[in-house]
Amino acid sequence: MRNSSHPITNKQKLSFTFNGKKYFGYKGDTLASALIANNVKIVGRSFKYHRPRGIFSAGSEEPNALVELGDGPYKEPNTRATNIELFDGLEGSSQNFLGSVNFDFMAINDLLKNFIGAGFYYKTFMWPRRFWEKLYEPIIRRAAGLGKLSLQADPSQYDKGYLHCDFLIIGSGISGLMSALLLAETGSEVLIIEEDFILGGRLNSESFAINGKQCSVWIGQAVKKLKSLKNVRILTRTTVFAAFDHGIFTAIEKKTDHILEKSSKPRQINWKIYTKHCILASGAIERSIAFPQNDRPGIMLAGSVRTYAKRFGAHYGQKIAIYTNNDDGWKTADDLKNMGLEIKAVIDTRKEIEAPSSSISSYLGQTITKTYGRKGIKAIKLSSGSKLNVDCLAVSGGWSSNIHLTCHKRGKPVWDNIYKNFLSVDNAQKDKIIPVGAARGIFEIQNIISDTNRVILSLIKKIGLSMPNRITLTSSKEQYSCSLDLVSSSNPSNSFIDLQNDVTQKDIELSFREGFKSVEHLKRYSTLGMATDQGKTSNILGLASMAKLKGTNISEVGTTIFRPPYVPVAISAFAGRSRGKDFRPTRLTPSHNVASKRNAVFVETGNWLRAQWFPEKGEKFWRQSVDREVIQTRNSVGICDVTTLGKIDIQGKDCSEFLNFVYTNAFAKLPINRVRYGLMLREDGVAYDDGTTARLGENHFIMTTTTANAALVFRNLEFVRQCLLPNLDVHLISTTDSWAQYSVAGPNSRRLLQKIVDKPKDITNENFPFMACRELTICGGVMARLFRISFSGELAYEIAVPTQYGNALFDALLSAGKEFNAVPYGTEALGVMRIEKGHAAGNEINGHTTAQNLGLSRMISKKADSIGNILSEREGFNGSNIATMSGFKPVQHSQRLEAGSHLISAGKTPTMENDEGWLSSVAFSPTLGHYIGLGFIERGHTRVGEKVLAVNLLQNKTTEVEIVSPHFIDPEGIKQRG
Amino acid sequence: MLIDHPLLGLRDSSEFIYMGDAKLLDRPNWKSQNSKTKFIDYGYLRKNPAGVHKELWYHEQGDRSWLVVTRNTVTHEILKVELARDTKGK
Repeated sequence: MRNSSHPITNKQKLSFTFNGKKYFGYKGDTLASALIANNVKIVGRSFKYHRPRGIFSAGSEEPNALVELGDGPYKEPNTRATNIELFDGLEGSSQNFLGSVNFDFMAINDLLKNFIGAGFYYKTFMWPRRFWEKLYEPIIRRAAGLGKLSLQADPSQYDKGYLHCDFLIIGSGISGLMSALLLAETGSEVLIIEEDFILGGRLNSESFAINGKQCSVWIGQAVKKLKSLKNVRILTRTTVFAAFDHGIFTAIEKKTDHILEKSSKPRQINWKIYTKHCILASGAIERSIAFPQNDRPGIMLAGSVRTYAKRFGAHYGQKIAIYTNNDDGWKTADDLKNMGLEIKAVIDTRKEIEAPSSSISSYLGQTITKTYGRKGIKAIKLSSGSKLNVDCLAVSGGWSSNIHLTCHKRGKPVWDNIYKNFLSVDNAQKDKIIPVGAARGIFEIQNIISDTNRVILSLIKKIGLSMPNRITLTSSKEQYSCSLDLVSSSNPSNSFIDLQNDVTQKDIELSFREGFKSVEHLKRYSTLGMATDQGKTSNILGLASMAKLKGTNISEVGTTIFRPPYVPVAISAFAGRSRGKDFRPTRLTPSHNVASKRNAVFVETGNWLRAQWFPEKGEKFWRQSVDREVIQTRNSVGICDVTTLGKIDIQGKDCSEFLNFVYTNAFAKLPINRVRYGLMLREDGVAYDDGTTARLGENHFIMTTTTANAALVFRNLEFVRQCLLPNLDVHLISTTDSWAQYSVAGPNSRRLLQKIVDKPKDITNENFPFMACRELTICGGVMARLFRISFSGELAYEIAVPTQYGNALFDALLSAGKEFNAVPYGTEALGVMRIEKGHAAGNEINGHTTAQNLGLSRMISKKADSIGNILSEREGFNGSNIATMSGFKPVQHSQRLEAGSHLISAGKTPTMENDEGWLSSVAFSPTLGHYIGLGFIERGHTRVGEKVLAVNLLQNKTTEVEIVSPHFIDPEGIKQRG
Repeated sequence: MLIDHPLLGLRDSSEFIYMGDAKLLDRPNWKSQNSKTKFIDYGYLRKNPAGVHKELWYHEQGDRSWLVVTRNTVTHEILKVELARDTKGK
């Protein structure tokens, strides 16, 4: 219920629904505080046993109150009600139940609890093995689930951003604000990041005075000062969720999650922060105590009960008991009492202490042995036998420094036996995270103030910045000591250690008995700390329990470490704007517009979109278009955009020596204005790329690479240039995007080009033979490069112009080609024609095949060193038995071939032992009227005419094929030379 | 990680391509004795220590420099960054 005199009740009233029911809250509430104020006791069901659960904490450590927010595509499951800022119109609902959250059919699991402890699934659902995927797993997943996805794309925008600063301060409690004030004085750029929607951190929950006034007064002054400074930036609603090397952090900012109206602004921003220093003022997280039935709604962390009362005026109950093993539990008792709430008792596990407050009835050296009230706590029973009626039980197992982020770089925490707490290791790295305040294991307010001054001032001194004055604050004097009484001695199967994963003390005992004693094994066997909260409130309990079983202490047992992300982060936030079509850039070819107008069908090749074929009226099936394009090209002339091939401009007086080294074959003697085909090997002797390289001058070459390997070849050329032959005078630049390049192929290609070039005589067969190249002008003065090369086997050219003329040239070629019935063709026709001609492409040069396989071993020059030259001589790559590239055609011409089919000698069974090769590329050849294929088969070049089987076991299809020459058309090359 | 590029200053490691052991700089002489064995060692037997390691990084999304980065692979501390072509001259 709500304290009607609390200041929050003067704020704007907000309406919201939870599980379909309408409630009211106030601006400044979280969903959790509003639910508590509205007496909503059960907010969810536990993960495994489906036990009713209520709100447990007041922060991102929340294990129970996971709710689904919103509806439709905006729905977000597994959000923590304790982190959700309330807004007018919020819709929230519980998750993980069957029926209703108050009557969950799946609660049957709770009765079966004794049978389904740790390891149950591993042991039980082993046999029969095939049942796992189809039967067991779906059932288990449905029963033990979290929230459900909407299964619709989230229409919200997510964004990414980059921030740079000198000091990143994580957290804005007293030590965070003090650090910011001190560091801002030095003139440095300071970035403060706060997860909450208000600044002040834990101070907002505390009742003590600073400088004689309420904490809020000092927070107000500090924030006002910081906001006035130009070198300070403050981000609220932002959680630093991961720490990386060298001062890099990532944080998620919730921009519009707290606003009902969906705006065009991004919903969340994923910030990447570069900082010189990081101050971790992330405070501490209270832990629980394991005792029988310690998971009932109404059993909450004591500090959180204090937060709800002080900050939100929201009370879960009126008759409150406090169960503690440390002094802070008494602070909760005092604060709540001063707010007028009834404190039934403080039960302190410690016997030897003196009760700090005489006005509160206390039970020292006692434990809770039983609780009552399945859907909300009603009473507790103590070890002395006394039974107390309560409606809220505030539990404090002590405080753990929030050092999550310091673990992200493998910093293993060390145990502090004074405050019973893990601290971050003080490694000597330059980019270490510097904890202050409670995150540094300092828990008393007066010490936090003095220690923060000391830590920050000594940091400033060490860096050598101008020294600010220390901050003088007066506060009350606190005392904090803590015991390690965290584990119950009775009823282990009902004593919950990890609330989110339903790990009980019995599970820890079972892990111990079965030999999973190391913390890493314990974690994985019992799933302790493996839920989305990563065991923020529970890990220490599990470690204490294991220490007790092993007869040792926590520092001996050690701890697992936290991993990123600190809180769950939506995948959309990692994607940012890189979604759908924007996942990666799209590269359009220069002829894209013309091709679009001609209704081209496009295909993605890497980032490029290339025209695959150009359907014409009446063509219903892709093959109709492709066959037409091939026939028209072979009969007259076709034009294809080949801009996507990598182009590398190579200059310098040593570039021919350089090319000799990167290609297997020699280029030094290539005459000017001539082109040569080149093959590249990897250093291991395997072929990886091929292309033509043209010599435009004594010291000027233009290399082309395959589309797929353009970036890789360039990288490798730079490696040779800088790392292997740094003394050569060679300069490289990628010009792929600078030149539009078109293949003009077919018997009429020269006649067509003669209409385009400014001096038609320059390109007669005599002046411009096969494999010639030159720079010239076209269309009245546009500079161009012409190469007489042929991939199709036809008389063919490639013509290149600066990219800005690319679209116009494609148009010009088509218009000039009208009289020849010129046809634009796409990548499919290109592929068909190169298979007909027997040219290897990516399917053949696939990273497994060698020059020898490709029938190109004579291209490896033995006169000079080149990449891959030596290892191409390896035994396994040579010899008479290696597979070589051959052509294949079906014996029955009507039969279809399938790429990927394996080749088996006639009469043999299709087994691995009998496998002799494979079909790499197949196509229907409209020129020949039947299917053809390229492939590799042992000793292929010696077996022409032999009939073998092409076996495709996936399609259960066997086709008899004949081994033929890979050059299906014009094997003598008369056409391309004509 | 941040790599202190000798020409460009601190750059995010996401701008780079990683190529492992800088031993790749020491390509064997193709005419030496046992050159095949030497090339097999060169290509396949590369170090991958837990600790200080000299490794190759390529600034592909930047100035295309190949760098030799001396890095502790356990702590990710970067001890030295050089242009590969400078280390070759030495």
